[in-house]
Amino acid sequence: MRKLALSDEILMSIEKPARYIGGEYNSVMKDKEKIDIRFCMCFPDVYEIGMSHLGIQILYDMFNRREDTWCERVYSPWPDLDAVMREKNIPLFAMESQDNIKDFDFLGITLQYEMCYTNILQVLDLSQIPMKSENRKKGDPVVIGGGPCAYNPEPIADFFDIFYIGEGETVYDILLDLYKEYKHSDMSRREFLIKASNIPGLYVPCLYDVCYNEDGTIADFGPKYGNVPEKIVKQVVNDMSSAVYPENPIVPFMKVTQDRIVLEIMRGCIRGCRFCQAGMIYRPTRPKKVEVLKHYAEKMLASSGQEEISFSSLSSSDYESLYELTDCLIEKMNHEHVNISLPSLRIDAFSLDVMSKIQDVKKNSLTFAPEAGTQRLRNVINKGLTKEDILNGSLQAFLGGWNKVKLYFMMGLPTETYEDIEGIAELSEEITELYFANIPKEKRDGRVMVTASASYFVPKPFTPFQWASMLEPEEFVKRAYHVKDRFRAAKNHKSLKFQYHEADITILEGLLARGDRKLCDVIYDVYMSGQIFDAWTEYFHKENWENALSKHGIDIGFYTYRERSTDEILPWDFIDIGVTKEFMKREWERAKAEQVTPNCRQKCSGCGAAKFGGGVCFEAKN
Amino acid sequence: MKLRIKYSKLGNLRFIGHLDVMRYFQKTIRRAGLHVSYSKGYSPHQIISFAAPLAMCITSDGEYFDGEFEEISTSGEMIDALNQYGVEELKVSECVLLPDEAKNSMSVVAASDYMITFKALTEEESSGRMLEKENVTNIGNIETDDTASENAKHILECVADFHSQSEIVILKKTKKSEKEENIKPGILKIAVKDNGIYMLLSTGSTYNLKPELVMEALCQYAGISYNFFDFHIHRIETYMEDENGDLMPLYKAGRNF
Repeated sequence: MRKLALSDEILMSIEKPARYIGGEYNSVMKDKEKIDIRFCMCFPDVYEIGMSHLGIQILYDMFNRREDTWCERVYSPWPDLDAVMREKNIPLFAMESQDNIKDFDFLGITLQYEMCYTNILQVLDLSQIPMKSENRKKGDPVVIGGGPCAYNPEPIADFFDIFYIGEGETVYDILLDLYKEYKHSDMSRREFLIKASNIPGLYVPCLYDVCYNEDGTIADFGPKYGNVPEKIVKQVVNDMSSAVYPENPIVPFMKVTQDRIVLEIMRGCIRGCRFCQAGMIYRPTRPKKVEVLKHYAEKMLASSGQEEISFSSLSSSDYESLYELTDCLIEKMNHEHVNISLPSLRIDAFSLDVMSKIQDVKKNSLTFAPEAGTQRLRNVINKGLTKEDILNGSLQAFLGGWNKVKLYFMMGLPTETYEDIEGIAELSEEITELYFANIPKEKRDGRVMVTASASYFVPKPFTPFQWASMLEPEEFVKRAYHVKDRFRAAKNHKSLKFQYHEADITILEGLLARGDRKLCDVIYDVYMSGQIFDAWTEYFHKENWENALSKHGIDIGFYTYRERSTDEILPWDFIDIGVTKEFMKREWERAKAEQVTPNCRQKCSGCGAAKFGGGVCFEAKN
Repeated sequence: MKLRIKYSKLGNLRFIGHLDVMRYFQKTIRRAGLHVSYSKGYSPHQIISFAAPLAMCITSDGEYFDGEFEEISTSGEMIDALNQYGVEELKVSECVLLPDEAKNSMSVVAASDYMITFKALTEEESSGRMLEKENVTNIGNIETDDTASENAKHILECVADFHSQSEIVILKKTKKSEKEENIKPGILKIAVKDNGIYMLLSTGSTYNLKPELVMEALCQYAGISYNFFDFHIHRIETYMEDENGDLMPLYKAGRNF
């Protein structure tokens, strides 16, 4: 039996001990005597969140296919256990073997959102691994980061040895083979890192220098040595259908956030919304073959025993074989009691038909993401959803028996005016009007409810809005109140609800998203002041950030409220995502001119992603 | 067809909760391809129900759930299927077919028996179960000196006298109040066995007595401060009453098929 790293006393004194004991069905155990590389994958948040992440499941499966490698998992210990581990000086351990992470060869950390950066330091610190790359020696784990936030790795550059830019399925084997050479020879850590930096897609931050102008902008960025590449090219899986995918996903004992099988149907998005980073970094759009998906659905449901399956993609409605796939699964649902959940669907006759088959219309709400309140602003952000689409969709939904509608908006988008945000209330009210006008009294079952939620816009690297300014928190709050008042004054206010997010966290997200290396010291000090779990409102303390920022003389406005010039060297410019900066500039101009850019299937806009040689860019040419 | 399934909950899985065990079996039944019945409606769920929930940190060889099945093969095949698609620490040992009129396991539970072993004593005991040994090495820094084992031996010496009291009164704390309660009627048997304590206690809806409460009372009687982590509690079996009012393991209500 596996010996647990924590004693009974500790496990019984904390919340949900199942977070730390491992042993889940389909988790992988190996004989460590026969293993050369111990790899620990980390999601720097609590178990329930981390276990719901598809990327780790893919990489876990991929690494464990290698006979010489054992990949295990670790998640952030919740604050209750964090305190105990510090007090008793217990090193952080991996779920499977319960062995200390400091004895591993690799610690791979997935970077899904900026507000988990302090948790990265928590994991390193609790593991008793030197927090800064410069202090690590041969024998310490290689700390590697990947995921969407790796597209601007600079604010956390000091803490990582390597960043993997792009999709994990491509070059890890080369890195692991190189690592074995390093481990079993007298190759120095520096030598190893230089060799690693020559593997496509791998960025080794300590091998690069940054110089700043007096105004704080970047004057120069480049490699310190001639044998280190200047540009890092994003790694892309060319054929999604043949890419590795976990047939035997881990089945947690605990209820986790996504307690279901996730089928990735497509990577990338054809839409080109100008605020959306995923829509740019995952270009080109690459659908999986429907036969492959049916095969995986079958296999994964059988091997996990899960009762629910969900699709993962940025825009499921753009998956061309969606009808065939859902039909096949609905069949399965009826025979084998499998529930289907369909996120990110455009609301139209087809999706309503599918949804009425798979869910109880009375209990569920329909979701639209207009993102902006007026057509003008939707054109600015290139959200190809018109008011007619929303109203028609809602009407059909009401006729189909639904009476709850959710609308997602952003506030603080570039060029946004008060008229635009008033549009949020107007559109919501119009939808309720539609209900009262079209659903006769005797057919009304419960109250119609339209819930609008607004988050604040955060400009992200590698989007046409990467140069845009962000609103200050006071203005965010002012706009939120303004909209709230409109909702209160609405005729059908009893059927309307307006929710909005907290502004303080959003500003910090904005800071970290487009930050540079100067922020490493800030994050370090924030962590040292005891801050972890920033993404959890109850643990987020704004003062810790304010203190560290002022200590280092960092003006948050420089990173967030300032509109950048398109000539400025951006911290992430050394990364080549295929989509060119020229395209981004063009899109930024078109945004300001309120011009819509057609999606990839309507007309190629020459973004540059075609250079990867696959996906939607070549669909018409086959 | 109504089946009753007996399973063990061992080792590290003593740290998963009752709801997690339910969710685990729902999934294992699906993986094993068994034809369990589902309720009707938009969110159908398996028709299964669990008997007396086990507290965390306690292991057991006598856990039960009942399930309604559309199709069955043989007891042996179904046990093998559940074990093949399950984890080591949740092992199925019995699978019987209940008569149609049988009440569900939750409502018929009358008693459970437990073996309490002292961590201080099992360390040197070769007869100790694997689990206790693991526990001891696990904790590492518990009192390895003689005090702990002396205390344990003293508690063992007190068992007979403890049980011969006419009343065993404890202070039961609830959220609202504290009240005295005589737990003696709930202790059906208690005896020293293999350097540990065997006890048979009332369990279920009529009267439910937890083994840790008995240990607390016993420690108090022995004049030794009670610490839950000084011993390990293992449930051996869960019982119901037969037509004569005698106790029998829950699986005896059905038959192998």
